[in-house]
Amino acid sequence: MILGVSYDLLRWEERNLIEEAKKIGNKVYPLFTKDMTFLTSEDAWYQDVDAVIQRNTSHSRAVATSMLLESMNFRVYNDSLSLVRCENKIQTTFLLRSRGIPVPKTAIAFSRDKAMEMASKLGYPVVIKPVEGSWGRMVARAQDEDTLRSLIEYQEFTNLQYKTIYYIQEYVNKPNRDIRIFVIGDEAPVGIYRVNEKNWKTNTALGAIARPLKIDEELRDLALKVKEIIGGFFLGIDVFEDPERGYLIGEVNGVPEYKNTVRVNQFNVSGFLLNKLNEVIKK
Amino acid sequence: MVSLKCPVCGGEVQVDDNALPGEIVEHECGAQLEVFNDHGRLSLRLAEQVGEDWGE
Ligand SMILES: [Zn+2]
Repeated sequence: MILGVSYDLLRWEERNLIEEAKKIGNKVYPLFTKDMTFLTSEDAWYQDVDAVIQRNTSHSRAVATSMLLESMNFRVYNDSLSLVRCENKIQTTFLLRSRGIPVPKTAIAFSRDKAMEMASKLGYPVVIKPVEGSWGRMVARAQDEDTLRSLIEYQEFTNLQYKTIYYIQEYVNKPNRDIRIFVIGDEAPVGIYRVNEKNWKTNTALGAIARPLKIDEELRDLALKVKEIIGGFFLGIDVFEDPERGYLIGEVNGVPEYKNTVRVNQFNVSGFLLNKLNEVIKK
Repeated sequence: MVSLKCPVCGGEVQVDDNALPGEIVEHECGAQLEVFNDHGRLSLRLAEQVGEDWGE
Protein backbone atom coordinates (compact mmCIF):
# COMPACT_ATOMS: atom_id res chain seq x y z
CA MET A 1 0.00 0.00 0.00
CA ILE A 2 1.12 3.52 -0.73
CA LEU A 3 0.09 5.61 2.21
CA GLY A 4 -0.18 9.35 2.71
CA VAL A 5 -0.04 10.69 6.24
CA SER A 6 -1.60 14.15 6.42
CA TYR A 7 -0.32 16.05 9.47
CA ASP A 8 0.55 19.51 10.75
CA LEU A 9 2.58 18.55 13.81
CA LEU A 10 4.79 15.49 14.02
CA ARG A 11 3.74 14.02 17.35
CA TRP A 12 4.71 10.60 18.67
CA GLU A 13 1.70 9.09 16.90
CA GLU A 14 2.55 10.41 13.43
CA ARG A 15 6.19 9.41 13.71
CA ASN A 16 5.18 5.94 14.92
CA LEU A 17 2.67 5.50 12.09
CA ILE A 18 5.28 6.39 9.48
CA GLU A 19 7.86 4.03 11.02
CA GLU A 20 5.42 1.13 11.39
CA ALA A 21 4.14 1.58 7.84
CA LYS A 22 7.65 1.38 6.45
CA LYS A 23 8.39 -1.62 8.65
CA ILE A 24 5.58 -3.65 7.04
CA GLY A 25 6.63 -2.63 3.56
CA ASN A 26 4.27 0.24 2.83
CA LYS A 27 5.53 3.24 0.94
CA VAL A 28 4.80 6.42 2.87
CA TYR A 29 4.36 10.02 1.79
CA PRO A 30 4.39 12.34 4.79
CA LEU A 31 2.01 15.14 3.78
CA PHE A 32 2.86 18.19 5.88
CA THR A 33 -0.23 20.34 5.61
CA LYS A 34 1.61 23.63 5.78
CA ASP A 35 3.51 22.63 2.63
CA MET A 36 0.41 21.43 0.78
CA THR A 37 -1.46 23.55 -1.72
CA PHE A 38 -4.41 22.79 -3.93
CA LEU A 39 -5.15 24.45 -7.23
CA THR A 40 -8.21 23.67 -9.33
CA SER A 41 -6.28 23.94 -12.58
CA GLU A 42 -3.64 21.45 -11.49
CA ASP A 43 -3.90 17.69 -11.20
CA ALA A 44 -3.42 15.99 -7.86
CA TRP A 45 0.13 15.14 -6.93
CA TYR A 46 0.83 11.66 -5.62
CA GLN A 47 -1.67 10.02 -7.95
CA ASP A 48 -0.51 6.61 -6.76
CA VAL A 49 -1.57 7.05 -3.11
CA ASP A 50 -3.94 4.23 -2.03
CA ALA A 51 -5.05 5.81 1.22
CA VAL A 52 -4.44 8.86 3.35
CA ILE A 53 -4.49 8.78 7.12
CA GLN A 54 -5.76 12.06 8.52
CA ARG A 55 -3.63 13.17 11.48
CA ASN A 56 -3.89 16.96 11.65
CA THR A 57 -3.83 18.35 15.19
CA SER A 58 -5.90 21.34 14.14
CA HIS A 59 -9.51 20.36 13.50
CA SER A 60 -10.03 22.93 10.79
CA ARG A 61 -6.95 21.69 8.93
CA ALA A 62 -8.09 18.09 9.41
CA VAL A 63 -11.56 18.70 8.03
CA ALA A 64 -10.33 20.90 5.17
CA THR A 65 -7.60 18.51 4.02
CA SER A 66 -9.93 15.50 4.27
CA MET A 67 -12.53 17.38 2.20
CA LEU A 68 -10.00 18.44 -0.41
CA LEU A 69 -8.44 15.01 -0.76
CA GLU A 70 -11.84 13.30 -0.91
CA SER A 71 -12.99 15.67 -3.60
CA MET A 72 -9.90 14.64 -5.58
CA ASN A 73 -11.01 11.00 -5.18
CA PHE A 74 -8.48 9.92 -2.59
CA ARG A 75 -9.57 7.54 0.14
CA VAL A 76 -9.14 9.39 3.41
CA TYR A 77 -9.40 7.99 6.95
CA ASN A 78 -11.10 9.57 8.74
CA ASP A 79 -13.29 11.20 6.12
CA SER A 80 -14.47 14.77 6.58
CA LEU A 81 -18.09 13.93 7.41
CA SER A 82 -17.08 11.68 10.31
CA LEU A 83 -14.62 14.30 11.49
CA VAL A 84 -17.34 16.96 11.56
CA ARG A 85 -19.64 14.63 13.49
CA CYS A 86 -16.91 14.06 16.06
CA GLU A 87 -15.80 17.63 16.35
CA ASN A 88 -19.17 19.30 16.76
CA LYS A 89 -20.39 18.14 20.16
CA ILE A 90 -23.98 19.12 19.41
CA GLN A 91 -24.01 16.76 16.49
CA THR A 92 -22.18 13.96 18.32
CA THR A 93 -24.48 14.04 21.32
CA PHE A 94 -27.82 14.46 19.60
CA LEU A 95 -27.05 12.10 16.73
CA LEU A 96 -26.04 9.36 19.16
CA ARG A 97 -29.06 10.07 21.35
CA SER A 98 -31.44 9.85 18.40
CA ARG A 99 -30.06 6.41 17.61
CA GLY A 100 -30.55 5.11 21.12
CA ILE A 101 -27.00 5.44 22.44
CA PRO A 102 -26.90 6.49 26.11
CA VAL A 103 -25.38 9.96 26.57
CA PRO A 104 -25.27 12.38 29.51
CA LYS A 105 -28.32 14.63 29.75
CA THR A 106 -27.38 17.59 27.60
CA ALA A 107 -29.08 20.89 26.88
CA ILE A 108 -28.41 23.30 24.04
CA ALA A 109 -29.57 26.91 24.32
CA PHE A 110 -29.05 29.99 22.18
CA SER A 111 -29.56 32.70 24.75
CA ARG A 112 -28.19 33.29 28.20
CA ASP A 113 -31.64 33.17 29.85
CA LYS A 114 -32.57 29.90 28.25
CA ALA A 115 -29.18 28.45 29.16
CA MET A 116 -29.80 29.33 32.82
CA GLU A 117 -33.27 27.86 32.62
CA MET A 118 -31.99 24.59 31.19
CA ALA A 119 -29.28 24.38 33.85
CA SER A 120 -31.92 24.57 36.62
CA LYS A 121 -33.82 21.85 34.84
CA LEU A 122 -30.72 19.63 34.73
CA GLY A 123 -29.88 20.43 38.36
CA TYR A 124 -26.54 21.69 39.67
CA PRO A 125 -23.68 21.02 39.38
CA VAL A 126 -23.66 21.33 35.59
CA VAL A 127 -20.85 21.29 33.09
CA ILE A 128 -20.48 23.87 30.33
CA LYS A 129 -18.40 22.96 27.29
CA PRO A 130 -17.47 24.69 24.06
CA VAL A 131 -19.33 23.19 21.10
CA GLU A 132 -15.93 22.49 19.55
CA GLY A 133 -12.68 21.95 21.39
CA SER A 134 -10.39 19.38 22.91
CA TRP A 135 -7.96 18.52 25.66
CA GLY A 136 -10.55 19.73 28.22
CA ARG A 137 -10.01 23.37 27.32
CA MET A 138 -12.77 25.73 28.49
CA VAL A 139 -14.70 22.84 29.99
CA ALA A 140 -15.96 24.05 33.36
CA ARG A 141 -18.17 22.84 36.17
CA ALA A 142 -20.65 25.22 37.78
CA GLN A 143 -21.84 24.40 41.29
CA ASP A 144 -24.54 27.07 41.25
CA GLU A 145 -26.31 29.73 39.19
CA ASP A 146 -23.82 32.44 40.04
CA THR A 147 -20.89 30.44 38.77
CA LEU A 148 -22.68 29.36 35.61
CA ARG A 149 -23.62 32.95 34.81
CA SER A 150 -19.95 33.96 35.09
CA LEU A 151 -18.79 31.04 32.95
CA ILE A 152 -21.33 31.96 30.29
CA GLU A 153 -20.02 35.52 30.32
CA TYR A 154 -16.48 34.26 29.90
CA GLN A 155 -17.54 32.11 26.96
CA GLU A 156 -19.19 35.10 25.28
CA PHE A 157 -15.96 37.06 25.49
CA THR A 158 -13.83 34.39 23.84
CA ASN A 159 -13.28 34.09 20.12
CA LEU A 160 -14.83 30.62 20.02
CA GLN A 161 -16.75 29.98 16.86
CA TYR A 162 -19.88 28.99 18.76
CA LYS A 163 -19.59 31.40 21.66
CA THR A 164 -23.32 32.19 21.77
CA ILE A 165 -24.40 28.58 21.67
CA TYR A 166 -24.53 27.05 25.12
CA TYR A 167 -23.78 23.37 25.55
CA ILE A 168 -24.73 22.44 29.09
CA GLN A 169 -24.54 18.98 30.50
CA GLU A 170 -25.43 17.25 33.73
CA TYR A 171 -22.40 16.49 35.87
CA VAL A 172 -22.02 12.71 35.71
CA ASN A 173 -21.07 11.33 39.09
CA LYS A 174 -18.46 9.01 37.63
CA PRO A 175 -15.65 7.41 39.60
CA ASN A 176 -12.35 9.31 39.41
CA ARG A 177 -11.79 7.97 35.93
CA ASP A 178 -13.30 7.60 32.52
CA ILE A 179 -12.77 5.21 29.65
CA ARG A 180 -11.14 5.79 26.29
CA ILE A 181 -11.83 2.96 23.90
CA PHE A 182 -10.50 2.76 20.36
CA VAL A 183 -12.33 1.55 17.31
CA ILE A 184 -10.10 0.52 14.43
CA GLY A 185 -11.92 -0.69 11.32
CA ASP A 186 -14.60 -3.08 12.55
CA GLU A 187 -12.94 -3.88 15.87
CA ALA A 188 -12.52 -2.30 19.28
CA PRO A 189 -9.20 -3.88 20.26
CA VAL A 190 -7.82 -1.66 22.97
CA GLY A 191 -8.60 1.02 25.52
CA ILE A 192 -7.51 2.71 28.71
CA TYR A 193 -8.89 4.09 31.91
CA ARG A 194 -7.93 7.69 32.41
CA VAL A 195 -7.60 8.15 36.14
CA ASN A 196 -7.38 11.51 37.83
CA GLU A 197 -7.41 11.61 41.62
CA LYS A 198 -7.14 15.38 41.83
CA ASN A 199 -9.24 16.80 39.04
CA TRP A 200 -12.71 15.77 37.85
CA LYS A 201 -11.47 16.28 34.31
CA THR A 202 -9.85 13.08 33.09
CA ASN A 203 -7.99 14.30 30.01
CA THR A 204 -4.46 12.92 29.94
CA ALA A 205 -3.51 16.38 28.63
CA LEU A 206 -4.51 17.57 32.12
CA GLY A 207 -2.48 15.06 34.08
CA ALA A 208 -4.74 12.01 34.18
CA ILE A 209 -2.88 8.70 34.33
CA ALA A 210 -3.54 5.93 31.83
CA ARG A 211 -4.28 2.41 33.08
CA PRO A 212 -4.96 -0.68 30.97
CA LEU A 213 -8.62 -1.41 30.33
CA LYS A 214 -10.19 -4.82 30.03
CA ILE A 215 -12.87 -4.45 27.36
CA ASP A 216 -16.10 -6.24 28.24
CA GLU A 217 -18.63 -7.28 25.65
CA GLU A 218 -21.08 -4.51 26.49
CA LEU A 219 -18.42 -1.87 26.00
CA ARG A 220 -17.19 -3.38 22.75
CA ASP A 221 -20.73 -3.56 21.32
CA LEU A 222 -21.41 0.00 22.37
CA ALA A 223 -18.20 1.27 20.77
CA LEU A 224 -18.95 -0.49 17.49
CA LYS A 225 -22.49 0.89 17.48
CA VAL A 226 -21.10 4.39 17.94
CA LYS A 227 -18.77 3.83 15.01
CA GLU A 228 -21.67 2.69 12.85
CA ILE A 229 -23.48 5.96 13.56
CA ILE A 230 -20.55 8.39 13.43
CA GLY A 231 -18.69 6.69 10.60
CA GLY A 232 -14.95 6.82 10.20
CA PHE A 233 -12.26 4.18 10.48
CA PHE A 234 -10.27 5.13 13.54
CA LEU A 235 -12.07 6.61 16.54
CA GLY A 236 -11.26 7.31 20.17
CA ILE A 237 -14.48 7.10 22.17
CA ASP A 238 -14.81 8.61 25.67
CA VAL A 239 -17.13 6.74 27.99
CA PHE A 240 -18.36 7.68 31.47
CA GLU A 241 -19.41 5.07 33.99
CA ASP A 242 -22.58 6.25 35.69
CA PRO A 243 -23.32 4.43 38.96
CA GLU A 244 -26.98 3.89 37.97
CA ARG A 245 -27.20 4.06 34.19
CA GLY A 246 -23.95 2.34 33.29
CA TYR A 247 -21.96 3.43 30.24
CA LEU A 248 -22.64 6.88 28.78
CA ILE A 249 -20.87 8.15 25.67
CA GLY A 250 -19.14 11.46 26.31
CA GLU A 251 -17.19 12.39 23.22
CA VAL A 252 -15.86 10.83 20.06
CA ASN A 253 -12.44 11.80 18.72
CA GLY A 254 -11.70 11.62 15.03
CA VAL A 255 -7.92 12.10 15.27
CA PRO A 256 -7.21 10.29 18.53
CA GLU A 257 -3.87 10.37 20.28
CA TYR A 258 -2.72 6.97 21.55
CA LYS A 259 0.80 7.18 22.91
CA ASN A 260 -0.28 6.30 26.46
CA THR A 261 -2.55 3.51 25.25
CA VAL A 262 0.37 1.87 23.46
CA ARG A 263 2.59 2.29 26.51
CA VAL A 264 0.31 0.83 29.20
CA ASN A 265 -1.23 -1.92 27.07
CA GLN A 266 1.87 -2.90 25.10
CA PHE A 267 -0.44 -2.81 22.10
CA ASN A 268 0.75 -1.65 18.70
CA VAL A 269 -2.07 0.71 17.67
CA SER A 270 -0.29 1.97 14.53
CA GLY A 271 0.45 -1.59 13.36
CA PHE A 272 -3.13 -2.72 13.97
CA LEU A 273 -4.49 0.31 12.15
CA LEU A 274 -2.18 -0.20 9.17
CA ASN A 275 -3.05 -3.89 8.87
CA LYS A 276 -6.77 -3.08 8.94
CA LEU A 277 -6.25 -0.39 6.34
CA ASN A 278 -4.28 -2.76 4.09
CA GLU A 279 -7.21 -5.21 4.28
CA VAL A 280 -9.70 -2.52 3.26
CA ILE A 281 -7.57 -1.25 0.39
CA LYS A 282 -7.27 -4.74 -1.10
CA LYS A 283 -11.05 -5.18 -1.26
CA MET B 1 22.73 15.07 12.75
CA VAL B 2 22.51 18.41 10.98
CA SER B 3 23.32 21.67 12.63
CA LEU B 4 20.67 24.35 12.17
CA LYS B 5 20.40 27.90 13.41
CA CYS B 6 17.90 28.92 16.09
CA PRO B 7 15.80 31.76 14.65
CA VAL B 8 15.32 33.20 18.15
CA CYS B 9 18.79 33.29 19.72
CA GLY B 10 20.94 32.46 16.71
CA GLY B 11 22.48 29.52 18.55
CA GLU B 12 23.20 26.11 17.10
CA VAL B 13 20.52 23.40 17.17
CA GLN B 14 21.29 19.75 16.38
CA VAL B 15 18.51 18.09 14.43
CA ASP B 16 18.24 14.49 13.30
CA ASP B 17 19.19 13.90 9.66
CA ASN B 18 15.86 12.28 8.89
CA ALA B 19 13.81 14.91 10.70
CA LEU B 20 10.52 15.68 8.99
CA PRO B 21 8.74 19.01 8.59
CA GLY B 22 6.42 19.59 11.53
CA GLU B 23 8.80 18.10 14.04
CA ILE B 24 9.09 20.15 17.24
CA VAL B 25 12.49 20.92 18.75
CA GLU B 26 13.09 22.63 22.08
CA HIS B 27 16.11 24.91 22.18
CA GLU B 28 18.10 25.74 25.31
CA CYS B 29 17.13 29.41 24.93
CA GLY B 30 13.56 28.34 25.72
CA ALA B 31 12.20 28.62 22.22
CA GLN B 32 9.90 25.97 20.81
CA LEU B 33 10.90 25.45 17.21
CA GLU B 34 9.37 23.70 14.25
CA VAL B 35 11.36 22.00 11.51
CA PHE B 36 10.28 23.07 8.03
CA ASN B 37 11.42 22.59 4.50
CA ASP B 38 12.96 25.80 3.24
CA HIS B 39 13.24 25.29 -0.51
CA GLY B 40 14.67 21.81 -0.14
CA ARG B 41 16.72 22.41 3.01
CA LEU B 42 15.72 21.71 6.58
CA SER B 43 15.34 24.86 8.58
CA LEU B 44 13.81 26.05 11.85
CA ARG B 45 11.09 28.55 12.62
CA LEU B 46 9.17 29.44 15.75
CA ALA B 47 6.59 26.73 16.41
CA GLU B 48 2.94 27.55 16.01
CA GLN B 49 1.00 28.41 19.17
CA VAL B 50 -1.57 25.87 20.29
CA GLY B 51 -4.75 26.81 18.45
CA GLU B 52 -8.32 27.05 19.71
CA ASP B 53 -9.24 24.02 17.60
CA TRP B 54 -6.26 21.84 18.48
CA GLY B 55 -6.46 18.47 20.10
CA GLU B 56 -7.44 14.90 19.64
ZN1 LIG C 1 17.53 29.47 20.70
